[in-house]
Amino acid sequence: MTTTTAKPAWLVLEDGTTFPGRSFGADGERFGEAVFNTAMTGYQEILTDPSYKGQIVCMTYPHIGNYGVNEEDVESHRPWLEGFVVRSLSPIVSNFRAQMSLEAYLQQHQIVAVDQVDTRALTLRLRREGAMKAGLSTVEPDPERLLKKVRESPGIVGVDLVQSVTCRQPYEWPAGGTAPLTAATRAGASSAKCHIVVVDYGVKYGILRQLAGLGCYLSVVPAAMPARGILAMKPDGIVLSNGPGDPAAVTYAIATIRELVGRAPLLGICLGQQLLGLALGGRTFKLKFGHHGANHPVQDLATGKVEITSQNHGFTVDLDSIPQRQVELTHVNLNDRTVEGMRHRQLPIFSLQYHPEASPGPHDSRYLFRQFLDAVEGASRSA
Amino acid sequence: MPKRTDIHKILVIGSGPIVISQACEFDYSGTQACKALKEEGYTIILVNSNPATIMTDPEVAHRTYVEPITADVVEKIIEAERPDALLPTLGGQTALNVSVQLAERGVLERFGVEMIGAKLDAIKRAEDRELFKETMESVGLEVPKAGYARTLEEAKGFAQQLGFPCVIRPSFTLGGTGGGIAYNIEELERIAKLGLELSMIREISVEESVIGWKEFELEVMRDKRDNVVIVCSIENFDPMGVHTGDSITVAPAQTLTDREYQQMRDAAIRVIRAIGVETGGSNIQFAVHPDSGRLVVIEMNPRVSRSSALASKATGFPIAKIAAKLAVGYTLDELPNDITKQTPACFEPTLDYVVVKIPRFAFEKFPGADPTLGIQMKSVGETMAIGRTFTEAFQKGLRGLEVRTAGWEGPAEITVDELRQRLPVPTAERVFLLKAAFQQGLAVEEVQALTHIDRWFLQHLKELADSEAALKSRGEALLAGGARSEPEPEGLKEVLWQAKQLGFSDRQLGAWWSRPEQEIRTLRARLGVRPSYYLVDTCAAEFEAATPYYYSTYERPPMMIGTPAAGPAPSASSPRKRNVMILGGGPNRIGQGIEFDYCCVHAAFALRELGIEVIMVNSNPETVSTDYDTSDKLYFEPVTLEDVLNIVEREQPEGVIVQFGGQTPLNLAVGLAKAGVPILGTRAEQIDAAEDREKFRQLLNQLGLRQPPSATAMTEADAAAAARAIGYPILVRPSYVLGGRAMEIAYDDAQLLPFVRAAFDASPGFPVLVDKFLEDAIEVDVDLVGDGETFVIGGILEHIEEAGIHSGDSAMVLPPYTLGEEILGTIRRATIQLGQALQIFGLMNVQYAVKDDTVYILEVNPRASRTVPFIAKATGVPLAKLATKVLAGVSLREQGFTEEVAIPYLAVKESVFPFARFPGVDIALGPEMRSTGEVMGIDEDFGRAFLKSQLAAGQNLPRDGTVFVSVKNKDKRTVGLIAKRLEELGFRLIATAGTAKALQGYGVHAAPIKKIHEGRPNVLDLIKNGEIRLIINTPSGRLPRADEVRIRSAAATLGVPCVTTISGAQACVTALEVLQKQAIRVQPLQSYHALIKAVPRAVARDG
Repeated sequence: MTTTTAKPAWLVLEDGTTFPGRSFGADGERFGEAVFNTAMTGYQEILTDPSYKGQIVCMTYPHIGNYGVNEEDVESHRPWLEGFVVRSLSPIVSNFRAQMSLEAYLQQHQIVAVDQVDTRALTLRLRREGAMKAGLSTVEPDPERLLKKVRESPGIVGVDLVQSVTCRQPYEWPAGGTAPLTAATRAGASSAKCHIVVVDYGVKYGILRQLAGLGCYLSVVPAAMPARGILAMKPDGIVLSNGPGDPAAVTYAIATIRELVGRAPLLGICLGQQLLGLALGGRTFKLKFGHHGANHPVQDLATGKVEITSQNHGFTVDLDSIPQRQVELTHVNLNDRTVEGMRHRQLPIFSLQYHPEASPGPHDSRYLFRQFLDAVEGASRSA
Repeated sequence: MPKRTDIHKILVIGSGPIVISQACEFDYSGTQACKALKEEGYTIILVNSNPATIMTDPEVAHRTYVEPITADVVEKIIEAERPDALLPTLGGQTALNVSVQLAERGVLERFGVEMIGAKLDAIKRAEDRELFKETMESVGLEVPKAGYARTLEEAKGFAQQLGFPCVIRPSFTLGGTGGGIAYNIEELERIAKLGLELSMIREISVEESVIGWKEFELEVMRDKRDNVVIVCSIENFDPMGVHTGDSITVAPAQTLTDREYQQMRDAAIRVIRAIGVETGGSNIQFAVHPDSGRLVVIEMNPRVSRSSALASKATGFPIAKIAAKLAVGYTLDELPNDITKQTPACFEPTLDYVVVKIPRFAFEKFPGADPTLGIQMKSVGETMAIGRTFTEAFQKGLRGLEVRTAGWEGPAEITVDELRQRLPVPTAERVFLLKAAFQQGLAVEEVQALTHIDRWFLQHLKELADSEAALKSRGEALLAGGARSEPEPEGLKEVLWQAKQLGFSDRQLGAWWSRPEQEIRTLRARLGVRPSYYLVDTCAAEFEAATPYYYSTYERPPMMIGTPAAGPAPSASSPRKRNVMILGGGPNRIGQGIEFDYCCVHAAFALRELGIEVIMVNSNPETVSTDYDTSDKLYFEPVTLEDVLNIVEREQPEGVIVQFGGQTPLNLAVGLAKAGVPILGTRAEQIDAAEDREKFRQLLNQLGLRQPPSATAMTEADAAAAARAIGYPILVRPSYVLGGRAMEIAYDDAQLLPFVRAAFDASPGFPVLVDKFLEDAIEVDVDLVGDGETFVIGGILEHIEEAGIHSGDSAMVLPPYTLGEEILGTIRRATIQLGQALQIFGLMNVQYAVKDDTVYILEVNPRASRTVPFIAKATGVPLAKLATKVLAGVSLREQGFTEEVAIPYLAVKESVFPFARFPGVDIALGPEMRSTGEVMGIDEDFGRAFLKSQLAAGQNLPRDGTVFVSVKNKDKRTVGLIAKRLEELGFRLIATAGTAKALQGYGVHAAPIKKIHEGRPNVLDLIKNGEIRLIINTPSGRLPRADEVRIRSAAATLGVPCVTTISGAQACVTALEVLQKQAIRVQPLQSYHALIKAVPRAVARDG
């Protein structure tokens, strides 16, 4: 735990707040929006969640890396975030499933990471001042110069981050599967209950695993695939996935969704909900420091029951801005009363701001996938 | 769903006396619950026999019954009060068991009382092991494999199937008594045999061993709408096999991936639903196989628990308060999170710190007890520490434990072989042995193989040991360099930062570099290495916290660079409010328990009544004092000089109160005063006059008061000479200890010397005190409150047991029941004289011995005593509050308290002992305190009050049957009358030959019975066969014969009441007379207090 041999690094926020730290990931310099995540477990899922593209993530729980990294708990094939900031990297890995240490994994994937940062001080700064641009560097010895670069960096508002995380080619995911379909597993499409197309804005495997676990055969398609291409796949339902950044910047996706409305049952998750809101003519806005964690209470307005949810978003839908009262509020965040779920008043269109697939986080909301599939089945019966 | 309006009156049952496994956490939870329900407008009926609790303060409930918590008595209370509902889940196992009995007897049905929180069937599903197993399996969860055996052969059969080691638990015994772990067939036979004997239904379970597996706990809450949240996860440092109450535990869980954690969370939710706890909190324990991840459910407590108190303090989520509100119909989303105020209680707290709980043991009080930790809890208290990292919290916890270590310290001289032998055995010392192991170069892998402690913890400890070595030598070099010139400040600063971040105390650093602690403090201040105070806010800083609940940590502040943003100028500080700091007592231990926390809490209440800001410092998670509601600012910190001074620097209180928290804060008084901290209360030179034996002797001479002849000795030879000069018997004790530690009575030189040696060991470097022991004297305790001008006696308590029994262990009566007015007058005058002479500000306790109508002063303590809460409950006079207001500058006259209060009834304080947990330990009372708690019996006359105190203390007094009498020669004269009364009551007497012969002389027939060494069947056989219902056995001497010890220990283990003093036996017989002739009547404290005419009322100056 002595820092004598450790490589120093700087984390500099846009407002000049500067934290010295110890590098434990790749060498380099990265810029992004600094956010904090309050989940106490699930750093591997967070690292590999494509929604963190463009962000430097600070974990509020101090000990990170305790259980190492394994092959199973990934939400995509690689980490996407710009940088990773923790209080204390674990000096050892202790878990029966661990295959690698966190630092080895981050180095392997060229992620810049730093520990020995007062993450509570950092979190308080972000809570009070709002999420802000930040830079993380192991190569720049002068924090003043790093600050200048931070201030010049583009930030994430108005930037389309989806294009850098969406899949290049469509791929399939078998019913019951926990990983993408490969040549070896190319079978079983016929036995699937239904066929769901997932538009990949940065989809988490968790969503795919949940749908596949319910017996769906999945086609995952790139974000820019036009509506006609999607509809040509004759989906029983379409899922608009989670993804990174500012929804308003993903104009092509909004246009596509506008064409999909009314053509098949839709489920929007996280960025998917925001894009849906925009497609329906509404507005989105940026939250001060977003929701990133695994303990947010969300009330289902139909039953009054509360789910403890996994959340990760910086933008949200302004429900009142959606014209003609097309949608109704179905779920609300009990902490700040923001929109957590909505449904179309006429069409089988649903969306959620939070993550029913959890990973990481509580499993309270997984029933929503079944609800969506019920709607999909209902729609196909009546069709 | 809003609260229920169909119920109005709610009965809350407390947990009774403090015992091992049921401590003041249930006062914390019960007080919260009563307050929470009262503020909803319900009428609260409370029953709890423990007078030292906050919950039995007459303002907490509407009707407070300080009565024995037995089904018979509670039935009477129900009959009198006719409550609509009974809340059984907040008073520990005691309340749960009594509630089940009341339900099963049909009492609840008969009086139309609804059980809220958990219903009978849910409690049974959780408590009955077979039903629990069935329920778990029905929802697809695993429990350890087990079989139920009624014979030794069956037990062996199961053991063969399950393999060794296996766990044996007798069905239906109290507190897991008699269970054990068998590693081979021989041990199995021994444990199974004993278990079958101890089980009330002659049944034992033989379970698959999960020893060495990882142990986890989840604290779960559920509401009527089936919303379920997990408040906290806990991972045990000590793996399965050590009772969780005896384990070091850590929150949150450290070594679970999210996937495994969520599986456990899902399982916990399934458990609470399947068991059917409708509303409230439950604690669920899991074991996880370290190599396969196999998860088994160990047990579930369908109520708040010690762990839930810990979880509340660890997270800031008030489980008991919320549980009470849920029980009356609220749902989690309707209740606010008290800490943030803005967000609801329906969420899961997230931590940005690490919490470490460390148990505190008292094996030194029970020579002969097995110090191995196992499935039966043995610790008497605990401390909790919060830090930003595990290592920081771990070291803070160890220094807060007050076992003379300044942090993690290992034994200096121990061989690797010895370590390898001792590490596999869980003991109180093992955590310290780990340091020696790493210092001597054992690898983490080897230590893990020896201890099964997870390598995550071990690696941190290893690095802690390594860092210590590195930092120590770096610091040494830098400081040595500094001797020639100025030490290089940057290097030294770096060393200090690193050391402090790892949780090392200034005392430890001082020891590294052979410098006084104060010098390290000065050095840190100069280099700017200071702690930050962070909040326990339930949300990892995501929301603003409204509640100032702090812990210290060493974090280097971030820098600000670039053009500074034009921030708001620091606002002008608002006019300074008066503020006072109260130091708590740290972990409970024998001699320093809930009574002192009670005083601290009252001090806080009193100051708040005066509008003074209260800053509380304490490290005990079980207490009401560490409820963030009790004070204005709570610092959850070790009560050590360093930690307290840091807070003083930050808060700048106008004064610090050290006289309420017991020995812990008192020991800091000198250090604090030296640092210029204003200490409220009796002036230091007056305290010195009471504590310095020479000055005290002079004072007594001046006042014309008598004390037993005494001397001090610095060597064994001095002590022996002094003893001979004074004349035996002699009371020997060390300086500056608590609870009569190493206090002994010697009758000759041969006995004296080992006691003197033990006393020197207990307080090294200080003189041993040698006093004349006044045999057969009556002891009296007096508490006084003074303001420097007015001195008022709070209460005079007569001990039932004769002098020589520690005052913390004696039964006591208020008002005195045998002493004449003349003697009492002498005692009153002496007490007031002492108060005046010592210029007492606040509380003072004086202990007297009365022998042959002469009053001797034994001790004067210018501070709160253990008897303060008892007196307050008996008389209705809030002594601790009165004293606190005096400290804050309000005179007794201004408070309207100038006269001692006389009560027209009697209150008996009885002590409760943990002997059943320590088989083989002699239960005979002596000058070393060994009780863990107390109860109060209150009634119109002595017999009834004493009987209630015995029932409340769990003494199973018989109405008929056989009494075994065996007393030492000296007592044979007095036992005659006692035996005669027993005979008249229809008891059959048996006695050992000598006693039987003596009784014959009094015309009492006692059948003779063999002593143990005289062959069989002997008295032990009769005890084991349940043929003896009461034992009167006075020890033959301070070093009793092994026979006697076996008899008394067997009685304790089997729950046969055993009286070990003649005066106790006299009182006991009086109680038996009442038991036979009169029905028990119940009355609330409020009614007793109403009987006191012209009760002086405490008036707050500022309202």
